[in-house]
Amino acid sequence: MPPLVLKRLTKRYGGTAVVDDLSLEIAPGRCHGLLGPNGAGKTTTLRLALGLIEADAGEIRLLGHPLPREAGVARRRVGVVPQTDSLDPDFTVRENLLAYGRYFGLGRRETEARIPQLLEFAALAGKADAKVPTLSGGMKRRLTLARALINDPELIVLDEPTTGLDPQARHLVWQGLRRLIHQGKTLLLTTHFMDEAERLCDRISIIDRGRIIAEDTPRALINGHIEPHVVEVFGEGLAAWEGCARRLCRRCEYAGETLFCYADDPKAVTDALDRQEGLRYLHRPANLEDVFLKLTGRDLRE
Amino acid sequence: MRGEGRSTGRNGLRAASGARPFSAPRWFAVWQRNFQVWKKLAGPSILGNLADPLLYMLGLGYGLGRLLGEVQGVPYLTFLAAGTLAYSVMNSATFETLYSAFSRMHVQKTWEAILNTPLTLTDVLLGEWFWAVSKSLLSGLAILSVIWALGLAADFAMTLWLLPVIVLTGLAFAGLGLMLNAVAPNYDFFLYYFTLFITPMVLLSGVFYPTDALPGWLAAAAQGLPLTHAIALARPLVLGHWPEAPLLNVLVLLAFAVTGFLIGLALTRRRLLR
Repeated sequence: MPPLVLKRLTKRYGGTAVVDDLSLEIAPGRCHGLLGPNGAGKTTTLRLALGLIEADAGEIRLLGHPLPREAGVARRRVGVVPQTDSLDPDFTVRENLLAYGRYFGLGRRETEARIPQLLEFAALAGKADAKVPTLSGGMKRRLTLARALINDPELIVLDEPTTGLDPQARHLVWQGLRRLIHQGKTLLLTTHFMDEAERLCDRISIIDRGRIIAEDTPRALINGHIEPHVVEVFGEGLAAWEGCARRLCRRCEYAGETLFCYADDPKAVTDALDRQEGLRYLHRPANLEDVFLKLTGRDLRE
Repeated sequence: MRGEGRSTGRNGLRAASGARPFSAPRWFAVWQRNFQVWKKLAGPSILGNLADPLLYMLGLGYGLGRLLGEVQGVPYLTFLAAGTLAYSVMNSATFETLYSAFSRMHVQKTWEAILNTPLTLTDVLLGEWFWAVSKSLLSGLAILSVIWALGLAADFAMTLWLLPVIVLTGLAFAGLGLMLNAVAPNYDFFLYYFTLFITPMVLLSGVFYPTDALPGWLAAAAQGLPLTHAIALARPLVLGHWPEAPLLNVLVLLAFAVTGFLIGLALTRRRLLR
């Protein structure tokens, strides 16, 4: 049974459909990513999926329960890592976990038995009695992740789990998430980071303006939507060289002062560039970010 | 757990559905969370909530009491005791549901964290409501202890009726507080409530002087205020006779409590779960 099924979901705010006829099915034991620019409807989709808000149209089944009617029962087997820090600053690490366990109806002894293992998982062993304000940003995120696991959930929903973290802290969170996937948990996460999605997700839905505009494995998205090579060209005389680029590449586009050349045969492009004085370039394989920008455009969403 | 007590089996969640000898209502976890935090900061909290009104009561009671002599046939301190009790209960419930609840809702996002669990917004607000009433009860009991210790009450047994009065007054002001909290953009907003509602009410409702000292139209307006009805119940019980219209007083306080809570719940839902 799929842990989460969204069927033709619509949610409007003041006449604007923030989620627009969106359908989605998450496979058990997999990590599913929701990618999209700011305001694309990712967080609203998650809130609908948790039964926190009501859809204007459509159906939601979370772990087999119809939502929002049975949201409370369904959420007993779900863990949530919200976007903003919501740890209790007056509590220690241990007290945060104890209080959260109580919201799931877990007794003190039961939660306490689980705490050492959760702290080890979150690389917070030895921090049980630390006050929350003394923790670093990465530690707080990991504690939030540990808190989401207090009820041993089947499905874990993460809203931008690594936003604002430095590279070391991000890698530590990724390790944790991989362990969860390995244990057979289902993960649903939103992210801005293409490398994060590419690393963690088995399947990705790209959302824009409340609709899913593409959905597949990361590899298939890259193979299916974009040329395999990208040459980023910048420097003096770029405008004059553009005509040559258009002959050699399938697709070229400007972003600021840089020309992105998407090519099947990068050798021809780089050979031509090597003969150009003043132009510099970077050749790399196409990645998810290229797919994302192609599908959602390069305009800022603010 | 409200009829949702089926075991979900398989992953250790049986406790969520009743492995404990008796199952507490879900809002109790919210109450417990607040209690655990309060325990850590109890010292300054008790001092602020309890010592302050006591100092006013004793200072004004003895100081002004010497000048005033008897008010309504009793020493001024005795007259003031019931007013201070109601005032103190009101303050506790109000501060808890305005500033403290606002911190939890808006600043710390504690409510959002709780809403991601099986608890609903109704559970969260019930927990907050009853928690604020618990703090009111503590304030009320402190004043009541002093009333007992100084022998201010005419009849001890009758003062036991003050306990439900305290709870009812706490429910009324905590309900109103939750309503205000739901629409507050920031902490400064609460000053309007204090300046435009609480302070005039304290002056009109008979905390410091009998309301018959007021011009007729003001005394009539005071009948619409919840604190007036709390004092109308509390004062006679301290002075040793039954309130004149207890049913009316109780109904008015209940109306403020229930209406405040329900409107607060609806407004908070609109704020957080839209």
